[in-house]
Amino acid sequence: MDLADLWFCVIAVLWLGYLFLEGFDFGVGMLMPVLARDDTERRVMINTIGPVWDGNEVWLLVAGGATFAAFPGWYASLFSGTYLLLLLFLVALIGRGVAFEYRGKVDSDRWRRWWDRVIVAGSLVAAIGVGLLVATTVLGLPIDADGNRVGSPFAAVTAESLLGAAALVGFALVHGSVFIALKTDGDIRHRARAFAIRVGPWALLPLAGLLVVVQLTSGKWWTWTAVAVVLVVAALAFERLTAGREGQAFAALGVAVVATVVALFGALYPNVLPSTVDPAFSLTVADTASSPYTLEVMSWVALFGTPAVLVYQGWTYWVFRKRVSTAHIPPVHVP
Amino acid sequence: MSAHGTYVPARQDSRTCGNARRGSTLFTVDVLELARWQFGITTVYHFLMVPLTIGLAVLVAGMQTAWVRTGDVKYLRMTKFWGKLLLVNFAMGVVTGIVQEFQFGMAWSEYSRFVGDVFGAPLAMEGLVAFFVESTFLGLWIFGWDRLPQRVHLACAWAFSLATVASAYFILAANSWMQHPVGVELVDGKPRLTSIWAVLTNNTALAAIPHTVAGCFAVAGAFLVGVGGWHLWRTRDDQHGDDGDRPVWRASVRYGGWVGAVAFAALAITGDLQGKLMFEQQPMKMAAAEALCHTEQPAGFSVFAIGDVSRPDCEDVKSITVPALLSFLAHNDFTSEVRGIEDLVQEYRERYGANYPVDDRLGELSGQPIDYVPNLPVTYWGFRLMIGFGALSALAAVGVLWVTRRGRIPRGKWFPRLALAGIATPFLANSFGWIFTEMGRQPFVVVPNPSGVDGVWMFTARGVSGLTTGEVWTSLITLTLVYGALAVVEVFLIARYVRGGVAGVMPPEKPDGTSDDHLAFAY
Repeated sequence: MDLADLWFCVIAVLWLGYLFLEGFDFGVGMLMPVLARDDTERRVMINTIGPVWDGNEVWLLVAGGATFAAFPGWYASLFSGTYLLLLLFLVALIGRGVAFEYRGKVDSDRWRRWWDRVIVAGSLVAAIGVGLLVATTVLGLPIDADGNRVGSPFAAVTAESLLGAAALVGFALVHGSVFIALKTDGDIRHRARAFAIRVGPWALLPLAGLLVVVQLTSGKWWTWTAVAVVLVVAALAFERLTAGREGQAFAALGVAVVATVVALFGALYPNVLPSTVDPAFSLTVADTASSPYTLEVMSWVALFGTPAVLVYQGWTYWVFRKRVSTAHIPPVHVP
Repeated sequence: MSAHGTYVPARQDSRTCGNARRGSTLFTVDVLELARWQFGITTVYHFLMVPLTIGLAVLVAGMQTAWVRTGDVKYLRMTKFWGKLLLVNFAMGVVTGIVQEFQFGMAWSEYSRFVGDVFGAPLAMEGLVAFFVESTFLGLWIFGWDRLPQRVHLACAWAFSLATVASAYFILAANSWMQHPVGVELVDGKPRLTSIWAVLTNNTALAAIPHTVAGCFAVAGAFLVGVGGWHLWRTRDDQHGDDGDRPVWRASVRYGGWVGAVAFAALAITGDLQGKLMFEQQPMKMAAAEALCHTEQPAGFSVFAIGDVSRPDCEDVKSITVPALLSFLAHNDFTSEVRGIEDLVQEYRERYGANYPVDDRLGELSGQPIDYVPNLPVTYWGFRLMIGFGALSALAAVGVLWVTRRGRIPRGKWFPRLALAGIATPFLANSFGWIFTEMGRQPFVVVPNPSGVDGVWMFTARGVSGLTTGEVWTSLITLTLVYGALAVVEVFLIARYVRGGVAGVMPPEKPDGTSDDHLAFAY
């Protein structure tokens, strides 16, 4: 395995971190109108991700930056080829990030209602955007020999990539509701668990569908194994959840994310962005990779940087490990 | 050597339509122009939030340190008040930064392919080393007031504030490489990184980083002076004296004044360093900054020009100059020669070609003569406005230290008005500085390094993605509208929290001194 292959794995790991962490952030955002009955409960939900959502989002930034550094051709073709889709995604992330920070800054129901709408819509649209983006890079874009998109600005929107969007939305709903069940106490915890048990099996169907579609397109024997793992651990997550073990259910979903990333990126390799026009135009790990020297520099940075990130982000979750309940929410105090 | 022996100004129409280059109108504006406007708007906007975040983050960490060391509650109240304003602003810096990181690939894919081997590395390092630390420790700081031991909590403040400075370092190293490409060789027509050390210690970067960071502190200092000065003036007749928050505002104003004054000294020194490097590395940018059409020896520094500076032959420009000063600024020598635009155009044509290649992807520019002269009104006036607003903010900083000396509070209404207006000056200086720096390197996106590897440069026109105008119009309009709306919201919130004073951000205390198990700073 050379450095380019290693960096393909690093990019996959960064996506893994992002999908795992922001998966529940998106879920929490989308579920606000479903699970919370009043403003205090909405604040309980937001505060479960309050200290961490921004750090979680950095996984995406680093995935983007690392793709630029390690595979400039992949970064350039994927990002310019899905221009409008990324714009929509960016606007959703902008709105959502600002909304978390601003919704509690003025004591007015109208003010909070507006920002809540932005959080819900932003989380939903961002989840759709990530789903489309991941599905597109795995299933391909109509690109020419230079890596430039041919065809319409909406070329990335296909039945398969929409399945990817549905897969991510569905997964985020399950992941988010299990996270809420794990991180809160009181009525909302029970509501979240009941929601996950009731909706979960249906919400994960698009993910299963996407995995099968991808495997039929470019699967290998071992990526099929990963799909099997996804199905087994998802079932296990439900069994644990019904047994009242939220932590174990959440961990099982984590394993499902790992197996999903293995199945998707494993099927993609050695391509990084297949061409749907002509397989000869597909971008591969080998021909989009940066020089060995650049990859070596980046490897050293990642070797020291990544464990540090895992340690201090892990520590954050430890510091804020206590369940949040309505009793922890202070009265509104703003100028 | 060149077939184009005599220089003919390429922009005959510049008199009638300022920067609408190539005579394009609204409906035929091409992807290149739109993508440039978008990059300019989103970058200048992003850099309104960033300097306040960087400067204020470090200053707030300093306030908290003072509190931990002295136990003086005044410093705790300062930390809480300025910390809250920092948070309102921080969110905007983060979300607009995501757009920047993605925009290279989205709108400048050819640029990304060309420079990826070099430019991506500092960007990825920025994410891995700076952004992770910044966002994670900010979360810990916001929510950790009651959960973390005092010193650990203070360490979190320093971790995130120093990480914001680290992010400035990496992104400016990347930008400086575009101004002065180093540490590369040319392989298959593309720069290939040979030394990351050379990129991270590029002399252009080592001058630009302290200059930009000092600009951030100038912003934060003026913010403290403006907001603190207004509050100080309002509490001038406060009968309770030290029982109220007057000490908080006094300390803030003095702190801000000193920070602003020191920042300006740093700005002047590093700016001079940058200027000298620029004469060497980007002579055209400096000639454009001075609207210096003809080579002069010695060259005077233009203070103010009357007439149309947009013509590279300077036919009807009358300029008030300080004799020989430009020679000194360029080479530390009052008698040296400074090269003018006409000479430089000649040289650039010989070295980098007189015409763009014939290539469909260059659109209207395909096969056309290359205009090597940056937009002169923008560079000439941008440079002067940067220095002018910088000097104004320095004056304000020194002035406020004088009028508030030894416990004095000016009683006139002019004081709060000037203090509040002074907030704008370093913001304007920063914005004009960036507009000058980036417009001054046109038509290059990667400027050729005169002593570097041949072929490592790129015209801006070649860097843009093969998008439709509809796509870029959509993003330009969408982002501008979203940014505009958010600017209104941010200013509204900041004004509200400023008016609310310290009381508005302190958690209500219970009479018996116990605290509930509430989340500190909770959303």
